Amino acid sequence: MSELLRIEDLHVSFKTDDGMVRAVDGVSLTLNAGETVAIVGESGSGKTVTSLSVMGLHKKGQAEITGSISLSDNGVFKDVVHLSDDEIRDIRGRAVSMIFQDPMSSLHPYYKIGNQLAEGYLVHNPGKKKEAMARAIEMLDLVGIPEPAKRAKEFPHQFSGGMRQRVMIALALMNSPQILIADEPTTALDVTVQAQILALLSKLKKEFNMGILLITHDLGVVAQVADRVNVMYAGRIVEEGPVDDIFYSPLAPYTLGLLKSVPRVSKNNERLKAIPGQPPSLINLPVGCPFAPRCEYKQHSSESGCNTTRPDLLGTSPTHRSRCHVPEKLRSELFAAELKELQA
Amino acid sequence: MLSFISRRALFAAITILIVSAVVFAIFSFLPFDPASLTCGQRCTKQIIAANRIRLGFDKPVYEQYWLFLSGIFAGRTYGSGSAAFTCPAPSFGYSFNENACVTDMLRESLPITISLAVGALIMWLLLGIGLGIVAAKFKNRWPDTSSSVFVLLATSLPTFVTGLFLLIWVTMKWHLVPLSLNGYTSIFDNPWKFCVYFILPWFTLAIAYAAIYTRFTRAALLETLGEDYIRTARAKGVGERVVFFKHTLRAVLAPLVTMAGLDFAGLIGGAIITETIFNLPGLGRLTLRSTYEFDLPVVLATTILAAVVVIVMNLIVDMLYAVLDPRVRIT
Repeated sequence: MSELLRIEDLHVSFKTDDGMVRAVDGVSLTLNAGETVAIVGESGSGKTVTSLSVMGLHKKGQAEITGSISLSDNGVFKDVVHLSDDEIRDIRGRAVSMIFQDPMSSLHPYYKIGNQLAEGYLVHNPGKKKEAMARAIEMLDLVGIPEPAKRAKEFPHQFSGGMRQRVMIALALMNSPQILIADEPTTALDVTVQAQILALLSKLKKEFNMGILLITHDLGVVAQVADRVNVMYAGRIVEEGPVDDIFYSPLAPYTLGLLKSVPRVSKNNERLKAIPGQPPSLINLPVGCPFAPRCEYKQHSSESGCNTTRPDLLGTSPTHRSRCHVPEKLRSELFAAELKELQA
Repeated sequence: MLSFISRRALFAAITILIVSAVVFAIFSFLPFDPASLTCGQRCTKQIIAANRIRLGFDKPVYEQYWLFLSGIFAGRTYGSGSAAFTCPAPSFGYSFNENACVTDMLRESLPITISLAVGALIMWLLLGIGLGIVAAKFKNRWPDTSSSVFVLLATSLPTFVTGLFLLIWVTMKWHLVPLSLNGYTSIFDNPWKFCVYFILPWFTLAIAYAAIYTRFTRAALLETLGEDYIRTARAKGVGERVVFFKHTLRAVLAPLVTMAGLDFAGLIGGAIITETIFNLPGLGRLTLRSTYEFDLPVVLATTILAAVVVIVMNLIVDMLYAVLDPRVRIT
């Protein structure tokens, strides 16, 4: 598997009147061809900020970005963090594309679908108007829009939400990018449409041999399509590993909390087990583990370092790592027992 | 489309009918005899009574109203015999104060007001939208700050102040524009003289409106720049200039057209202050004078005209909106 994207020690902070907001605080991850890597976390955990950094869509001067994001542009690796505006623009939509959360507002209401798609092609292939429109219709067909030549002449408001998300996917594929970032691609859609969109993404991933970086807070979506998972909390990755490990043997208390808070259909009508408390403010993060104030397993920490030092991303397995001061062995035993109870 | 226009035309006709009836009623029920205006100081009761009959003021109000309405389509003859005179259709009545058919008075003043309004509209759109674009593009930098200084000044200065300042400085002190107070020339006869005649009034009006348009354009552009579809355009790899001048500006166009259409309609009703300062014999002046002098036929005509313009402009704006915004369908 060839590597397409490598993010190393990415920091993104925003200057606000109240102080620096460290939205992303040392994130590293990789994405390979033909693979779906998920970033999971609640609102404000930094997952969207991470994905926008890959697209170079943060405004210069507003966001301070350090670290490196090297992505493959047909095998040539380029560091997005250090590229000029024009160089990033050249990559956008060609080497890396993005699908956004809300298909209802992501298409320009005043331009025809076909023209909006064609523009994506024309930007990188100037002057080829005929090819652009042909490509637009081909892509609409590929994402399952019936009568693509006719629908290309219609406006976004004539499409349903699911159809618009298909259009967004078609738009992202106009230049056959290798990397596709899907930022909550199904959040705004009906459940039945969600499944269709996810199936479509998986099919296209194989067809184009793309790597998909999937941003979501929906564990159901993750279970369905992801190969590897990064769980983010307060701007950092708190657990990373193959999807099965994350679901069947989680190691970070936060991941376990997420799993426990998924509603289940069961006989005994239990209350939802939400994680207590709120995520911390990203301005002036407390020293120590950011999750400590909400953590139920603090007392198991041998060093009692939860309130004083930030845990590192460690693991006995090279592919499955997590941040926690509680010894990994003890954690896996504790968590396994809880998961068992949950499934019973 | 056709049914839309015919339905709207029907509504327009009803509205105009109501407006004219209300104005007619107001003046009819005033404790005031319109026939007494028809002759000067040495007036006898007999002359007034004769004129009352000649002008139809002796008839019941609803009949007078009917005569007024039918006159619009059929023209109207006042009196009989050798003293009779006719205002041909469309007749809006006869002004005794001016001894003229109202339609002829409108025919004289309407071109002036339209010239004033159209010129000012073009000027303030160029100035307002232009400044708004600059302000949005350079948000919080010096061009933005200076444009907000302009906005503040222009909104706080009333037109009679800007108008007088322009007259005093530009015309009288700097002699940049010759004083041509009585020289209305049609644009078709002499475009240059026409422009010289109107340049200061245009500018006076345009400054006041441009300020509002600058503020509106800036705010609308900045709001649109935060839309999801703008982010999509950037994600496609579209350059900043195209993002701004194609994707963003396009979205701001529709509300701007609406605003411009309605403001323009308001101006046709008469820019009374500007017309007064620059001595332009337009509709605004006509309205003002006729109201002072209880010149009912003229008041009635100018009010109806203003209503018609507002209604027609509304119709045009609605149709333009459907052209500019594909989400709007007119049925």
